Amino acid sequence: MSENKKQSDEAIMLKIREDLLTPMTKFPLSYKIWIGSLLTIIAVAIWGYTIQLQNGLGETGMRDYVSWGVYIASFVFFVATALVGMLISAVVGLVGQKWITPISRIAEMIALAFAMVAGIAIVADMGRPDRILNLLFHGRFQSPIIWDVTVVNLYIFISILLLFLPLLPDLGIIRNHMKKDLPKWQWNMYNILSLGWVGTPGQYKILHSTLRVLLILIVPVAMALHTVTSWLSALTLRAGWDSTIFGPYYVTGAFVAGAGAVLVAMYFIRKAYRLEDYITDFHFDKMGKLMVLVGLVYLYFNINEFLVPGYKMKAADADHIFTLFSLNGEYGVMFWLTQTFGLLLPITLGLFKPFRKPFPMMLIGLAIVIGAWFKRVIIIVPTMIHAYLPIQNVPESFHHYTPTGLEITVTLGIVAMAVLIISILVKLFPVISLWEIAEEKGVDIHKDL
Amino acid sequence: MSKKITPEATSRRNFLKKFGISVGGATAVSGLGLLSSCVSDDEEKVPMLTTDGKVINGDKSKLKLNLNEMQIRSREGLSGKKFVMVIDLAKCKNARKCMSACQGAHHLKPEQHHINVLQTENAEGTGFYYQPKPCMHCDNPPCTKVCPVDATFKRKDGIVLIDNERCIGCRFCIAACPYSARVFNWSEPKYYEGDANAVYDMELNVPQKKGTVSKCLFSADRLRIGKLPYCVSACPNGTYWFGDANEDAVTNGTSKETVRLSSLLSDNGAYTLLPELGTKPSVYYLPPKDRMFEYKEGELNYLGEEEPKGHHS
Repeated sequence: MSENKKQSDEAIMLKIREDLLTPMTKFPLSYKIWIGSLLTIIAVAIWGYTIQLQNGLGETGMRDYVSWGVYIASFVFFVATALVGMLISAVVGLVGQKWITPISRIAEMIALAFAMVAGIAIVADMGRPDRILNLLFHGRFQSPIIWDVTVVNLYIFISILLLFLPLLPDLGIIRNHMKKDLPKWQWNMYNILSLGWVGTPGQYKILHSTLRVLLILIVPVAMALHTVTSWLSALTLRAGWDSTIFGPYYVTGAFVAGAGAVLVAMYFIRKAYRLEDYITDFHFDKMGKLMVLVGLVYLYFNINEFLVPGYKMKAADADHIFTLFSLNGEYGVMFWLTQTFGLLLPITLGLFKPFRKPFPMMLIGLAIVIGAWFKRVIIIVPTMIHAYLPIQNVPESFHHYTPTGLEITVTLGIVAMAVLIISILVKLFPVISLWEIAEEKGVDIHKDL
Repeated sequence: MSKKITPEATSRRNFLKKFGISVGGATAVSGLGLLSSCVSDDEEKVPMLTTDGKVINGDKSKLKLNLNEMQIRSREGLSGKKFVMVIDLAKCKNARKCMSACQGAHHLKPEQHHINVLQTENAEGTGFYYQPKPCMHCDNPPCTKVCPVDATFKRKDGIVLIDNERCIGCRFCIAACPYSARVFNWSEPKYYEGDANAVYDMELNVPQKKGTVSKCLFSADRLRIGKLPYCVSACPNGTYWFGDANEDAVTNGTSKETVRLSSLLSDNGAYTLLPELGTKPSVYYLPPKDRMFEYKEGELNYLGEEEPKGHHS
């Protein structure tokens, strides 16, 4: 290696380290306020949950007919958003798209955080959370819940590996260069986590091939995860759920939700960490196009999901369609607002280049994420309002569903937990992979950087 | 219904009656002979010590069982049985004695129905009628399929039960049941005196437990001692027939008349609810033709409190 090349490599690495590692050493007031607010929301939610635990699920708006509400809808939403890790790193990455390098780790962090809180949403919905171990002692593998529990844990496991393994070279860099910038415990943690990484060509070879196997493996696991989640509904006989396309309908919807979440996270992380040189307009433009693509596919499944039963109008389906499509229907307004702001407008606006700039993309991403949550409520709740047999001899509150304040508080707490996990991860670890950026810039990384 | 029964069925009925009375007398169990006769067939005798120090051979059912023994017994069910219910819609007057007997027996709240009398109409303009709706005890039950912990299950005698000592309260079975037959204990259940110390009886599902599902049990506890279900016995109008499909015999809860099940079903064009879903119910309906009582409108309303007590305690 020429002396010039070595010098320029070192200059590039110095800048990369400066740009990407400095945010990890600073704890500005805004960050503390942010974490403090999240913790406050979580504390209030825990208090709410203890009330629910004490008095039972009667504290929620759920009753015998609408027996699943925003907890289950949120569970589906979290699982959906978690799928973005697989979309960005695996699907887009494996086809050779290079532009994902600076955002793939953000996507992985979102995936891990949301997959982890999905389980919490399920526990919040359980009538007897104290008996959760019955799933192990008495688990019946014929039940889709067991499939879901299995595959969620598998997905979390692979997601942790997909986040952690590409971190190894970065942890090596931190260990080598940050000893004086970090508190002792923190440096020790990185030292241990780096697993003695020195960056020999052999190590990189193992890392690359392991990642490739994991990225291929996570595709079927992620598909299984959300397909099985859709089957919690689709395997029942109820109109509105009794659908053969629920698997792909959920998976494509998940890509839209995940793309929205990544757009929002990209914007705020870039702003907070001043990463304008790494996450550029180009990346927002690319993510915007990806969002339009997955949005169109999801739109296609929406058309199938609603127009096919809507054309035939079987009695039970007709009730369901009326509830959603008519503005006089109980969920008509929510349905059209969600479809418009959560899907139709994002697709339409995303077609035009001026909207694929960072700020409009963030707003569109936010609309998608909020819409995605409401869409899950629309998938779960209205179906349960329409039982096959008349709902009679029960109080008026059994005929409809309105989440209680406590229910919303607990739900917000779980959302806050996901955001907290992401906020901690982006503080503890470099949000952009240093070695992959260095590799792209032509730095010879096959040595201890 | 009795006028349509064939001579063959009548002779069989008489035979069953005689047989029932003789065995029923021997075991000192009152009530329906048909059922008690079969139960006492496999009744185990165990040695017992009386208060005056004698050892006698007593019925095992007289023993006080612990929870584990009760659970095993309840999961197994009664050998050789296939319980069925036939509901004659022409006879239902909406007296709701079945509903109150059921709620009393199973310690349910006013809004919790193991059996619910619906007011319904097959198609517009075809006339309203009252339709009692218990659990259908399906032979292809969508609810037990989805249970992740085997808390709800189907027994060999056809009854679908729920074990509220095991239920985790995920309510997947409620979502899966197309007949809306299941209820949930959203808050502290209605406790009766003695519930605090009672051993949980899965066949009665008492005491009820907060955070668990409850459902119609075909009164499995009554069947075990050879009696008809609570709802069936409580009906003043002869709406219910109950019995054993293997014996091809059902008994009317009001008149105690026993008839041949297959004739009752075929003579009256019986049907099951939502047969297109393939659930294969064990509950049959006889069409509401020549209704004995006039349909009165406006009895539809829920009679309990609007927001049930205990939901916000």
